[in-house]
Amino acid sequence: MKKLIISIVLVNLLAACASEPKKEAAAPAPAPKAEAPKAAPAPAPKAEVDPLNDPNSILAKRSTYYPFDVSVVQEADKPVVQAHAKYLSEHANRKVRLEGNCDERGSNEYNLGLGQRRADGVNKMLVLGGAKADQLESVSYGEEKPMASGHDEASWSQNRRTDLNYTK
Amino acid sequence: MVLRVLRGVAGLLLWAQASMAGAVLNIEIIGAGEHQIPIAIVPFGGDDKLAQAINEVVTGDLQRSGLFRLVDPTGKSPHEPAEVSYPDWQVRGAEALAIGTVAAQPNGRLEARFRLLDAVKQTELTGQAVSAGENQIRAIGHRIADLIYEKLTGDKGVFSTRIVYVNRVGKNFRLIVADSDGYNEQTVLAQSEPIMSPSWSPDGSHLAYVSFETMHAVVYVQSLYTNQRMVLADFRGSNSAPAWSPDGKQLALVLTRDGSSQIYLSRPDGSGMRRITFSGAIDTEPNFSPDGQYLLFTSDRGGSAQIYRMPVEGGAAERLTFGEGTNFSPRHSPDGKSFVFAHLDNGKFYVAVQDFQTGQMSLLTEGGWEKKPSFAPNGKLILFASEARSRGILATVSSDGRVKQHMFTQSGDAREPVWGPYP
Repeated sequence: MKKLIISIVLVNLLAACASEPKKEAAAPAPAPKAEAPKAAPAPAPKAEVDPLNDPNSILAKRSTYYPFDVSVVQEADKPVVQAHAKYLSEHANRKVRLEGNCDERGSNEYNLGLGQRRADGVNKMLVLGGAKADQLESVSYGEEKPMASGHDEASWSQNRRTDLNYTK
Repeated sequence: MVLRVLRGVAGLLLWAQASMAGAVLNIEIIGAGEHQIPIAIVPFGGDDKLAQAINEVVTGDLQRSGLFRLVDPTGKSPHEPAEVSYPDWQVRGAEALAIGTVAAQPNGRLEARFRLLDAVKQTELTGQAVSAGENQIRAIGHRIADLIYEKLTGDKGVFSTRIVYVNRVGKNFRLIVADSDGYNEQTVLAQSEPIMSPSWSPDGSHLAYVSFETMHAVVYVQSLYTNQRMVLADFRGSNSAPAWSPDGKQLALVLTRDGSSQIYLSRPDGSGMRRITFSGAIDTEPNFSPDGQYLLFTSDRGGSAQIYRMPVEGGAAERLTFGEGTNFSPRHSPDGKSFVFAHLDNGKFYVAVQDFQTGQMSLLTEGGWEKKPSFAPNGKLILFASEARSRGILATVSSDGRVKQHMFTQSGDAREPVWGPYP
């Protein structure tokens, strides 16, 4: 069941144009000067920077990592998830896809289930932190989209991951 | 095991074929059956007019089974029984001899007439005419190999069956159906998002599979005749692991719509969806028993991934695997007496089988990156995904573990193979 995106347009137009969500977690914010030529709506009401685009914000972290065959959010990643929860609670128009991934140790199907459980774990923590269920979608790629392809812990540790992918 | 049970019928068994002309892939055979039947396959009369020699196809098939030793026919080329000088073949050590002719019929079809002779008793064991379309030389070869195999081993041949697998090259995925030897590839679906878990309908007419083309796992059912397809399950989260019942009237599949991965049943059109496991753990990879009464599946309900069995209609699940390591991807043998699965221990995957009666597990491979095993419809060979030279490849092992072969597809990685049913 696809979530119909009923995005109410009463959202702050200006925030929308000043800050297209970035797909890449670590992507630096667009150089401010590049924005200049755009015909900004008259007197730009206070350059309100969306913290999602601040490379120094904890919100720039968009992944949680796991030990082997574990799906609960680790202590080290909780502040990241909580910060996104707060952000989502304050930006009701934002939506995020939680994409669970696994290393290759397990069957492809078992890993699909494990990746889903990882994504669902982040989803629950976001809801507890104030995000609304309709802002969130949990999916799993199992071991199908590895970030690193080696048969070693160095690769596996990068692949055991949930990505928070802002889609709006 | 196996060995010249003449006039046996029935049975299960073996598989594929090689021959290097126009090879799409490279096949390596490792090991041999305990007893190999020495057989000579004489080039067929009329063969030189074909794009590919039939005897090469037959020879490749028999060789790959590990159950035959091919005797070189060079210098002798009888095509009819009257032309056979038995002492010539006895001297070469052949116990069986296949001869024949092939010719195009007025309607354009090819017809091969072949005979299998017992070189020791000097008698004809079987003879048959096999015909096929003009581009189906390999199909004729496979059919003849099946007949020879069945006559000499007592088990039904699987050279004419097909396999399905996923080919991954970079970020491109293709769902491929091929002959059991990997030749004659046909692309069922090609896209840049992952494809996994193909599953044959019992009559071989449809495939169910999982595709991520809409950015999450959705189960589709596609006709191999019309290529038409439909969505079987597209609920929130992941929809996966389709498995057909033996009568083709229902599928088991895995959904996360109600929480964790749980097993459901539905009709092939997606209607009548109902949940049958209630564990809160990951329950996945359902596989029906040949009598349709039970499901094997993988679950981590006991703390680690293990194999369980439960009645299809619901009820208590029984854990079947214990001991070191974790276990995945169970599939029943065609006779329902055992199951094959992937065993992970100490960082290595093995192909393992376990007998239902004794509970005894045995490893069929030395271990490596070996996943997703499935039986050939005769139960004599097991197809699985392996890895060699840093590529995902298809591999088979005989059910007694003696004969292995590696099949290198043209490019990229071969994943998620499943052996199809008899044609």
